[in-house]
Amino acid sequence: MLSIKNLSVSIEGKQILKKLNLEVEKGEVHAIMGPNGTGKSTLASIIAGRDFFDIDEGEVFYKGQNLLEMDPEERAREGIFLGFQYPVEIPGVSMNNFLRTALNEQRKYHGLDPMSASDFIARMEEKKKMLDMQSNLTKRSVNEGFSGGEKKKNEIFQMAVLEPQLAILDETDSGLDIDALKIVANGVNKLRKPDNSTIVITHYQRLLDYIIPDVVHVLYDGRIVKTGGKELALELEEKGYEWLKEHAY
Amino acid sequence: METNTLDISLKDRMISLFEDKKDQIFKNDIKPVSALRNEAFEAFTKMGFPHTKMEKWRSTSLEETLAKDYNFRIEGAPRQTNVEKIFECEIPDFDTYMVAQLNGWYVYRKAPLRTLPNGTIVGSLAQAMQEYPELISKHYGKYADYNENGLTALNTAFAQDGIFIYVPDGVEVEKPLQMVNIIDSDENLFIQSRNLVIMGKNSKLTLLQCDDSVHHRYTFLNALTEVYVDENSTLDHYKLQNKDDSSTLINNVYLHQEANSNVTTNAITLNGGLIRNDTHVTLNGRNCTANVYGLYLVDREQHVDNHVFIDHATPDSYSNEQFKGILDDSSSAVFNGHILVRKDSQHTNAYQNNKNILLTDKATVDTQPFLEIYADDVKCSHGATVGQLDQQAMFYIRSRGISKENARMLLMYAFTAEVVNKISIENLRERIDDMVKKRLRGELSICDQCVLHCNHPEKELKFNIDMTKI
Repeated sequence: MLSIKNLSVSIEGKQILKKLNLEVEKGEVHAIMGPNGTGKSTLASIIAGRDFFDIDEGEVFYKGQNLLEMDPEERAREGIFLGFQYPVEIPGVSMNNFLRTALNEQRKYHGLDPMSASDFIARMEEKKKMLDMQSNLTKRSVNEGFSGGEKKKNEIFQMAVLEPQLAILDETDSGLDIDALKIVANGVNKLRKPDNSTIVITHYQRLLDYIIPDVVHVLYDGRIVKTGGKELALELEEKGYEWLKEHAY
Repeated sequence: METNTLDISLKDRMISLFEDKKDQIFKNDIKPVSALRNEAFEAFTKMGFPHTKMEKWRSTSLEETLAKDYNFRIEGAPRQTNVEKIFECEIPDFDTYMVAQLNGWYVYRKAPLRTLPNGTIVGSLAQAMQEYPELISKHYGKYADYNENGLTALNTAFAQDGIFIYVPDGVEVEKPLQMVNIIDSDENLFIQSRNLVIMGKNSKLTLLQCDDSVHHRYTFLNALTEVYVDENSTLDHYKLQNKDDSSTLINNVYLHQEANSNVTTNAITLNGGLIRNDTHVTLNGRNCTANVYGLYLVDREQHVDNHVFIDHATPDSYSNEQFKGILDDSSSAVFNGHILVRKDSQHTNAYQNNKNILLTDKATVDTQPFLEIYADDVKCSHGATVGQLDQQAMFYIRSRGISKENARMLLMYAFTAEVVNKISIENLRERIDDMVKKRLRGELSICDQCVLHCNHPEKELKFNIDMTKI
């Protein structure tokens, strides 16, 4: 599904990712862990298509396509979804209008007719129910005045509505209390399908109590220094990131 | 005072016109109005037209528009015509009481001045001078200071007609009153139009001022509106400006508020050659609220200037100015918000904000929030921003599969929403919302079905906000 080879990335001359390699197969859940400032969010942004980075070398392929040549909207229409660490507030644009536009642009890209208003409402209701979400969020402007927890839940809701094939959740657990965390994790688990893949980026192990990953990677100083099964997350929790330094070089 | 030769020539033409046509100009007057004319004429003779060496005009030059060869329609009168035939407002379910001016003169279907069942008087100002001289004497020229501004002086000297509205004490006018000012002429025209609105105590009024022009002739409309809002009254005032590129519109509005009154005024500028909105608000009693809002969407060479002056003359009042604009091509905008809090006006709350998005590097904005505070127990704030579209928000929207072009559209639309959402009449809000959307999409935003516009070549004009230039 996703294949990253030798990816080196910098911002204003500062190297952030260094010859990073990552392979994600269909149906897998990968967790990427690591201390702050090691390039986790940069990696997520690169996959989604932010353009203020310089790609120094390497390649990123998604479903056989060269991802680095695609616009962010094209990537989204091909099934990539980024759950933002800091979702952006857009006053004046209602969630309904926003999601309907997004959904219909995706449908148009795939040669489908726009979704009717009633089908759209049905889809929204179905996903709200699935995620135990309060319906009032969708009537408000995108993220405007939402609490931290509401913003993160809203990311999961958008993911549910857009039904991506590859979802990247960037620190979706940060700033959440345990109840909100459960709702978010529950959402991710319900949306898990044999054809879809998920990359969960997290600082803490606790999210992985609720979302059981197939593969855990540790990102440190711009490269993946360790890869293992779900037990790696526990080991990391126990020994701390300091323990990694010996693996890093 | 330095003046250029072109200014002198139009000024001189105005001066000799006044002297030559005195009989005509003074024809319908009552005494106090004639007295004001003479004084204002003296003031204009001294001041002339505003020019860019004056602080309040430094970014709006009238030089070019004053150099045009204008005609004047001094010999006119309110006249009967089928108003609906020349102007048809197509805001769905928008039931208004419409009054209209054509080239500065009041036009009517039945009578030049009417009294509605609730006692409200609406009609021609020239006619009102004859029928209600006491009301005119009490309010006419009392709020618009002709010594302060050459254009106000000029209007006071020359204006013969316009719209008169009187709402008696205790009357809440249910239907919005729509004042339409149409310019339709085969020749270049310089027009002075004067409106007077008097609201009694505990009254309520919604006023919609539509400024349209349809010919490609050069027109200069020097409009002045005085509004007196007595105690405990509420005025909801909208200005909808859709002018062609060869038009100049000067819109001086003087709002005088007494205690516990509440005024909201919202200027929506969708097109115009050169537009200058001067809104003067005097808060002359305690517990007044004045909300002064504005939105401007301009492109090509269009220029819009919003000057607001709020005089907190008494304590315990609230004022809020919020203006937003999107500028494309080589368009330009000016915002000057001046709040004066006098020495004894304690517990004043006064806020102002102006936000702009520039879509090109040729578009310019001159924004000057300005607080002048002499009291010590007040809450005031001001702010101004000039920027591009938020890149983080752009990426967020695109990351959901929405094209760059639509993402820009959504953000521009969202930017305007803050002002549009303040329109309290639902049908009007929806209609203006549509017009804004169309304007942003690059379609013609002038009311589609309007007979006036449909029969006109202007329909072929394209108003574009060029998406590729962000």
